[in-house]
Amino acid sequence: MKHDQKYTGQEFKVVGARVERPDGVDKVTGRARYGADANAPGQLVGLVLRSSHAHARIVKIDTSKAEKVAGVKAVLTSADLPDLTNGDAGNYATLVNCMARDRVLYDGHAVAAVAATDKSSAKKALKLIKVTYEKLPHVTDVDEALKKGAPLVQPTNKQDGKPSNKSGHFEFGHGDIEAGLLEADIVLERSYKTEQTHQGYIEPHACLATVGPDGSGELWVTTQGHFSFRIMCAALLGMDVAKLKVTSSEIGGGFGGKTHVWIEPVALALARKSNRPVKMVMSREEVFKASGPTCATSMDVKIGAKKDGTITAAFIECRYSDGPFPGIWGMLGGMTAWACYDLKNCKAVGVDVLVNRPKVAAYRAPSAPMMAFGVESTIDQLAKELDIDPVEFRLRNVAKEGTRSSYGPIYGPIGIEPTLEAVRDHPHMRAKLRKNQGRGMASGFWFNIGGQTCSDLNVGVDGTVNLTVGTVDVGGARASLSLIAAEELGISYDQVKTNIGDTSSLGHNDTTEGSRGTFSSGMATIFAAREAIEVMKSRAAQMWGIPEDAVEWKDGEARAVGAEHGNLPALSLKEIAAEAGATGGPIAGHHEVTADGSGVSFASHICDVEVDPETGKTTVLRYTVVQDAGKAIHPDYVEGQFQGAAAQGIGWALNEEYVYGEDGCLQNAGFLDYRVPVCSDLPFIDTKILEIPNPNHPYGIRGVGECSIVPPLAAIGNAVSNAVGVRLNHVPMSPPRILKALDDAGA
Amino acid sequence: MRYESPKTTKEAVTLLSKEKGKTFVLAGGTDLLVKLRMDMIEPDLMIDIKRIPAMNEINKTATGFKIGAAVSGRQLGASKALAKAWPGVVEATNLIGSDQIQGRCTMVGNLCNASPAADSVPAMIAAGAKAVVVGKAKRRAVAVENIVTGPGQTSLAKGEIIEAITLPKRPAKSGDAYLRFIPRTEMDIAVVGVAVSLTCKRGVIDSARVSLGAVAPTPLLVKEAAAAIIGTKLDKEALENLAAACSAACNPIDDKRGTVEYRVRVAGVLAKRAANIAFERAGGKK
Ligand SMILES: Cc1cc2nc3c(=O)[nH]c(=O)nc-3n(C[C@H](O)[C@H](O)[C@H](O)COP(=O)(O)OP(=O)(O)OC[C@H]3O[C@@H](n4cnc5c(N)ncnc54)[C@H](O)[C@@H]3O)c2cc1C
Repeated sequence: MKHDQKYTGQEFKVVGARVERPDGVDKVTGRARYGADANAPGQLVGLVLRSSHAHARIVKIDTSKAEKVAGVKAVLTSADLPDLTNGDAGNYATLVNCMARDRVLYDGHAVAAVAATDKSSAKKALKLIKVTYEKLPHVTDVDEALKKGAPLVQPTNKQDGKPSNKSGHFEFGHGDIEAGLLEADIVLERSYKTEQTHQGYIEPHACLATVGPDGSGELWVTTQGHFSFRIMCAALLGMDVAKLKVTSSEIGGGFGGKTHVWIEPVALALARKSNRPVKMVMSREEVFKASGPTCATSMDVKIGAKKDGTITAAFIECRYSDGPFPGIWGMLGGMTAWACYDLKNCKAVGVDVLVNRPKVAAYRAPSAPMMAFGVESTIDQLAKELDIDPVEFRLRNVAKEGTRSSYGPIYGPIGIEPTLEAVRDHPHMRAKLRKNQGRGMASGFWFNIGGQTCSDLNVGVDGTVNLTVGTVDVGGARASLSLIAAEELGISYDQVKTNIGDTSSLGHNDTTEGSRGTFSSGMATIFAAREAIEVMKSRAAQMWGIPEDAVEWKDGEARAVGAEHGNLPALSLKEIAAEAGATGGPIAGHHEVTADGSGVSFASHICDVEVDPETGKTTVLRYTVVQDAGKAIHPDYVEGQFQGAAAQGIGWALNEEYVYGEDGCLQNAGFLDYRVPVCSDLPFIDTKILEIPNPNHPYGIRGVGECSIVPPLAAIGNAVSNAVGVRLNHVPMSPPRILKALDDAGA
Repeated sequence: MRYESPKTTKEAVTLLSKEKGKTFVLAGGTDLLVKLRMDMIEPDLMIDIKRIPAMNEINKTATGFKIGAAVSGRQLGASKALAKAWPGVVEATNLIGSDQIQGRCTMVGNLCNASPAADSVPAMIAAGAKAVVVGKAKRRAVAVENIVTGPGQTSLAKGEIIEAITLPKRPAKSGDAYLRFIPRTEMDIAVVGVAVSLTCKRGVIDSARVSLGAVAPTPLLVKEAAAAIIGTKLDKEALENLAAACSAACNPIDDKRGTVEYRVRVAGVLAKRAANIAFERAGGKK
């Protein structure tokens, strides 16, 4: 059934309430079941042997001794897996990343796996697997990888016909940069670097896999997208999609890192080989070394402006380190670079580069924070050079409804200008600063996506409602979707229970990524509820014995309307549900859709820092997030997304980074030396939700989960630079880097 | 692996010397259990000392304080007398980890784990603390600076155990302080640690000890640094000399936690700050 998805401006009764989340009590009491909390009779422990070389040829793998260890039921190498060399390039890369074939491509790359009855037998067997390597030269730095004569990560990768580590080149923009620069009164050229960071989710990857002799399998897994995991695993292992049932566990954070398979195909393959259930749980070290962090980058920016603050030309090239397989990170970054501004001449180049580091995965608004660091840092300096207030400078160039965006589309109603105005008018902007303190602000953009979704809504005999959706709840979506169902049906929030269905209970649902969960499942829920209402109206008509068109649905009950029947007492949802068996059977609504029209989102942040000039240590004193949410269905969880994104951005800006040694091995694969902010490192992060409705959603919803990780690198960079009087151009701005910048500037 | 929890030091020492395989003393376990889980050690025998009553006590003695080897950071922090006499030692120990870690971690564990970056160790060295080492045959008092011989290495012989730490009696007009640099606010390992202990006479520093952590393979007792401030009122010049002596004593490595350049420089910065605090605590006026 086709439904109109236009924004209607309806008034809400329950949407917007700060209700308790349905999964909260289970999570704080330990009843919630995460990836590692499932067990099956006779299950084995699966462990992976990983490379400690950055780059080497695998000459030989001898598993004979490991196979003889008591308790070992299966030993697996790439020889046990399909050879996808001549198939789909993406599937090939994914499988080779899960288990190396001829070469190991980074420190931590899987080379073999074992399934045994207990952990110590499995460990013993791992130690007895003998791998003969022939070491190859490696490269881990994005700039080094592009130099002439750099070791080749993938010898078959070519650029302009020649072997190269450059694996992708994407350009976006319009106008004429050279002409624009000629019009400028001032041109700034700057270069920046950002280091590689990890999403840092608390829950490591974990799964339980079984495969029966008939070839049908089940996978319990912590994931952002069990339907996508099913497709990937089936494709990699040659299984039928319909015969693999994937159930998503509760998820202890993903932020993009759980959109991709790492150990799951290995667990299934071990289960298939051993004919026993296999459970695998990554250690933290494995998570850092062998799941998918985000890219390190290096970039050059050039902006020209007139004295009045009009930008005449804007150019950026940013090089992204993808790990050993080509990605689309440069493309995503390139699309976002200038999206906040209305520019006559702009160009963004995103370059993808192969290096001997883990295969990169999405990380919250993937690729956008780095470009924003380059863009917003340079804009800040330009404003200063022109003696224009940085917010005012941005407002003079801001994108509006009708602006042709730097990546192509013409914008509908958007929120960048309102976020900047809110920043300008915020009391935070006028708070006093002391010695060694500085303030910075920056803006950011993220697309958000829609995609395939389907939901089921079933009315129980007692008038309570089960909503089943296929988008994994990573940030409170069950609460928001229950609110939406309650709103449509006209019942209370408590009457609705939302579940995440497994892959056998619903049609395909795309992964929870691109801030799509509440946008797309919310849309499917609205229409599924409306379908159920039609059913209930018809049942009420039957119960009354009147024509269906004389029934209306209002406030959770069927009402007979018109002169003839208007005096009949209303029938509540509960009363209609109680009679369902006699009036035609179960009452349900269903909807499937490829949800188009996800609204883009914008955020602007303000941040105050204090820098100790003798140690280079930065303390974040105050932080304010302003972001457009379209419509905040559950304001608490919208604020939580803003705060969480800002917190991750602050960690990235100040201390988080992958540190590689000369040997190409990762030196800080643990939370002790990979420094995410702890609670006491952060101030309470203030939030301001703006609601500029998305015209393409009945409730005006836009995605909210990602956008606020985009501004922090630049907001903090601008604040630190203002505090110390020297520009910081390398993220993270760790204490040694800040002291060095001060030294270099002779301060 | 065998686990034993004896009731006396003597019993513990006997168990340790009898065992042929690898033995480990278990205090709070905040280093040991982490290593066990990470497969870094494979003990044959683990001796838990937390059930030894004498090792759980803090006693004021004729010569100062005696702190049992199993006393946790939290217990230490609750002792008013200690906090008054040796605020720097208590602060340094209370910096270890978090609330959860404080409930278990010990100074002796911190010392015997022999990390160059251990927080309580420079403070103990500056304080002139001694370890009461008990072996099968004899018991000896060893200056804390002589326990750690290298990263993960101590001068304890097989079968030896530390029963307690002693801190000397505090003369009037004394003060100590410990400062560490970490990029975060907690749950981190010192990039640099500096402890200063001093005693004033007639407003002038009469004696002092300065110790550095995380800037060399072992915590250092830096005599030149102490010499730089003895006989002064901690004027600007004395502070600069102190900083220079501390920086000169550093022999650090470049690693994921900090560069050589950075550590050397910040050692001097922190030394000045720690000395100022210790001086103020000693009632010193500039
Ligand atoms: C999350 C976390 C945070 C931490 N933060 C810090 C920090 O900020 N600063 C810091 O310095 N350290 C830190 N540590 C390390 C650790 O907590 C400290 O070193 C602590 O003081 C160790 O004390 P323990 O009693 O737990 O030692 P244990 O783990 O019990 O023992 C440590 C070592 O000492 C030996 N040992 C213990 N008692 C004796 C004895 N009586 N005689 C002989 N040998 C003995 C053990 O055999 C072992 O080798 C941290 C650890 C964790 C897990």
